[in-house]
Amino acid sequence: MEKILYWEQFKRSLAIVKKNVRIYYSKGPVVIFGLLVPFFLFLSFYIGRNMPAEALVPGLLGITAFFTATSVGPAIVPWEARAKTLERLISSPISIWTIFLGDVLSSFLFGALVSVFPVLVGFSIGVEIANPLLLGLGIVLATFCFASFSILLSAYPPTDTPASVMMLSSMIKFPLVFISGIFIPIEELPVWGKTVASISPLTYFTDLARHAIQGNGYYSIGLDLGVLTAFAIIFLVVAIKIHERTLQKRL
Amino acid sequence: MAVDRISFQVKKGELFGFLGPNAAGKTTTIRMLTGVIKPDGGTASVFGYDALREGLKTKQLMGIVPEMANAYVDLSAWNNLMLIGELYGVPKKQRREVASRLLKDFGLYERRNHLVKGFSRGMKQKLLLSMALINEPQILFLDEPTSGLDVESQRLIRDIIREFNKNGTTVFLTTHNMEEANQLCDKIAIINHGKIAAIDSPKRLRLRSSGLQSIEVSFDKAVNVEDFSKVQGVNEAKKMGDKTRLYVDEPSVVIDQLVNFARSKRLKIISLSTLAPTLEDVFLELVKED
Repeated sequence: MEKILYWEQFKRSLAIVKKNVRIYYSKGPVVIFGLLVPFFLFLSFYIGRNMPAEALVPGLLGITAFFTATSVGPAIVPWEARAKTLERLISSPISIWTIFLGDVLSSFLFGALVSVFPVLVGFSIGVEIANPLLLGLGIVLATFCFASFSILLSAYPPTDTPASVMMLSSMIKFPLVFISGIFIPIEELPVWGKTVASISPLTYFTDLARHAIQGNGYYSIGLDLGVLTAFAIIFLVVAIKIHERTLQKRL
Repeated sequence: MAVDRISFQVKKGELFGFLGPNAAGKTTTIRMLTGVIKPDGGTASVFGYDALREGLKTKQLMGIVPEMANAYVDLSAWNNLMLIGELYGVPKKQRREVASRLLKDFGLYERRNHLVKGFSRGMKQKLLLSMALINEPQILFLDEPTSGLDVESQRLIRDIIREFNKNGTTVFLTTHNMEEANQLCDKIAIINHGKIAAIDSPKRLRLRSSGLQSIEVSFDKAVNVEDFSKVQGVNEAKKMGDKTRLYVDEPSVVIDQLVNFARSKRLKIISLSTLAPTLEDVFLELVKED
C-alpha cells in the first residue's frame, strides 16, 4: 500500500517536471545564469592560458554542471508565488516532497543534458576519457547534488521576486566556483585554500572529473562519490524542511 | 486572529454558502479545509477523513478554485488541464475525455491549444473551474468564483455549479454576492470577524429578521420623508426614488395607518407593497450587530 502511494507520488513529481520543463527552461534568468554565464566564465578562464585539453575539460564540465543545475531550481517557487499558481499546486493531493522532488528533477535534467556539451567539446578536440562510466556517474550524482542545492537557494527568504533569488544565489555560486579547484588545481592551493575548497561540493565533482578524464585526482574516488552523495541528501532534506516552514508566507 | 473557533457541518450533496465582509475569515477557512494552511488548533473532517492529518486523502476528493489563483499562463488550456489531471492521478484516457467535455461546456474547446496568457479574465476563471472539475470531485471548494466577471460568464459558471451539485457534488462556496448565494445555496453561514454570526437556509435567515420587514409606498404628490415618523408602527423611513420604504414590525397594522395618513393629507396612494427582508438586509444587520 505504502509502495503504491510512493510510486503514485513519484509519478506526480514527474508531472511537475514536465510542467517545469515547459515553463521555466526558456525563462530569461535561467538562460542567462544557466547557459550564458558559465559560457563566458569559461572563456575568461580559458583564453590566454596555455593548458592541455585534458586539464581544460574537467574545469569546463564543473562550471557547466554547476551553473546549469542550479539555474532552474531557485526560480521556480518565487515564480509560482508571483504568478499565483503556488496555492493551486499546494492544494493538490501531492506532498511537499513531491513538489520539490519535481523541482529538483527538472533542475537535474537541465544540468545533466547541458553537461553533455563540454564532454562533446572534449571529444572534438581529441580528449580521451579514461573512465567514461565514472564520468557518467559523476555527472548524474553532481547535477542531482547541485539541483538539490538550487532549491535550498530559494528556501529563504520567502520572496516572490525571482530576480532577488537569482541575485542572491549568484552571490553564493560565484565564490564557490573560485574556491573549488577549477581555476587552480587543489594540490596547488595553500593549506587554508585546501580547507576552504573542501566545503564546496563542486570541488569533489571537479576532482571526480579529473579522475575520469585524466586518470588522477586529489581526493580518492570513493571520497568524491561519498561527499557528493552526502551533500545531495543534506541539501535536499534541509531545503524541503525550510520550504515547509516558509511556504505559507509566500501565499 | 483570522478565524476564532468556528464550527459548522455541511451535508453531503449540499450547496453551502459562506458569506462575510472582507477579512472576515472566509479564505482562511477554505485554506484550512483544503490543507493549504495549518490551523493553530481544532479539528476538520471531510468525508470522514481528518483533513489536518490525512491531507492527501481529503485533497484527492476535492476540486478547488482558490480566490487569488491563476492557471499557468505559459501553458495552453489543454496542458493546464492535463497537469492538474496528472497531479490528481486521473488516468490518461479519462483525463483527456473529461478535459474535452469540460472545455466544450465552458466554451473554451476551440482555444484549448492557446497559451492562457492570451485569455480574458472570464476565460481564465472558466479554465480554473474546469481544472477544479478534472478529477470529478466529490466536494468542490469555490472561493469567490464569479467575482469580477461579466454577467454572461457569471451565469454560465452558476449554471455549471448548479448542474454538478444536482449530480451529487457537494459545493462549498464563498461569495460577496447576496443574490448569488440566495439563488444557489441550500444553506448559508455568515462569518464576521472570524466568528460564525448565523447559519441557516436563505429563507429562514430572512424570516428570522422580522424587524426588517418593510412596506414600499408611493403617492400622487411628494411627501416629506420625516412626516412618516408620525405614522404609528413605522420604525424608519427611507426615500427610494419616487417611493418611500417604511421599515415596520407589523405590516398589516401600518397599512391601516397609512390609509388614514393619506386621507388626512388628501393624498392618493399610487402603489403599496409589502416586502420581506432580503438576504442583504439580514447580512448587513448581522454584520452590524457583531
